[in-house]
Amino acid sequence: MIVPLNHILLLSAVLFSLGMFCTLARRNLIMMLLGVEIMLNAAAVAFIGASLHWQQMEGQAVVIFILAIAATEVSIGLAAIIAIYKRSGSVDPDLQTTLRKVEGNPS
Amino acid sequence: MSMLTILFYVLALLIVTATGLAVTRRNMVHAVLYLVLSFFGSALLFYLLGAPFLAALEVIIYAGAIMVLFLFLIMMIRLKKMPGMFFPATQWVPAIFISGVFLVVSMVLAGKYTAGWTPLPAAQAPPKAFGVYLFQTHWLSVEIASMLLLIALVGAYVLGLRVRRSEREERS
Repeated sequence: MIVPLNHILLLSAVLFSLGMFCTLARRNLIMMLLGVEIMLNAAAVAFIGASLHWQQMEGQAVVIFILAIAATEVSIGLAAIIAIYKRSGSVDPDLQTTLRKVEGNPS
Repeated sequence: MSMLTILFYVLALLIVTATGLAVTRRNMVHAVLYLVLSFFGSALLFYLLGAPFLAALEVIIYAGAIMVLFLFLIMMIRLKKMPGMFFPATQWVPAIFISGVFLVVSMVLAGKYTAGWTPLPAAQAPPKAFGVYLFQTHWLSVEIASMLLLIALVGAYVLGLRVRRSEREERS
């Protein structure tokens, strides 16, 4: 006997809201991406707990795909952050309102 | 209280503390290192909850690959000191409100599930059985995930190419 499922779900919810806070409050693209990683990890914890609760391996299979999606998201996101930084010299999301270069108005 | 129960609560405390420290650090390198600690705790939690293969993958992919990628990025970028407050009040007040509401709603929803209050028995999915299951029932999803990783590779390359071309234009 380990713990009730609801305690695992509570841990997952706390982790998810911490990641949400990180994504919403930080003024830094890198920290926002870290917040998304925390949220994905919280979802993985919930899936593992559900997998143990129902004695099914479906939940663990979903966690494999969560890992693949996290790797994809972080590689594309970091490449985009590098591109944004090289173009404007900053990673503040408030300054990044256009995806292309604005003529005569370097932000 | 068995030993596994105490272990679960200790790990939960470790994970939440490390993540809470990570999201409030001003220095990004410290934040990433705290997050590595949090992911190690998650890996131990996965092992405790009966997923030894996923525990290994969590250490290799999350704590290893992804966090090292973040560290490389932080070392490549030189950030100027941001003027003003670290957390502007117009940003952290709504952020705390939204995440607090989410926490309350999810706790209420989880608490209403009465079957979830009985303690779970300890069980383990052996890695071999898990691999056979994954490739027998979810082989199409595995192929789609590998296509997704290929798309990520090509996308990151194209983004890097654009950076290099715009640098050349600025030089000429």
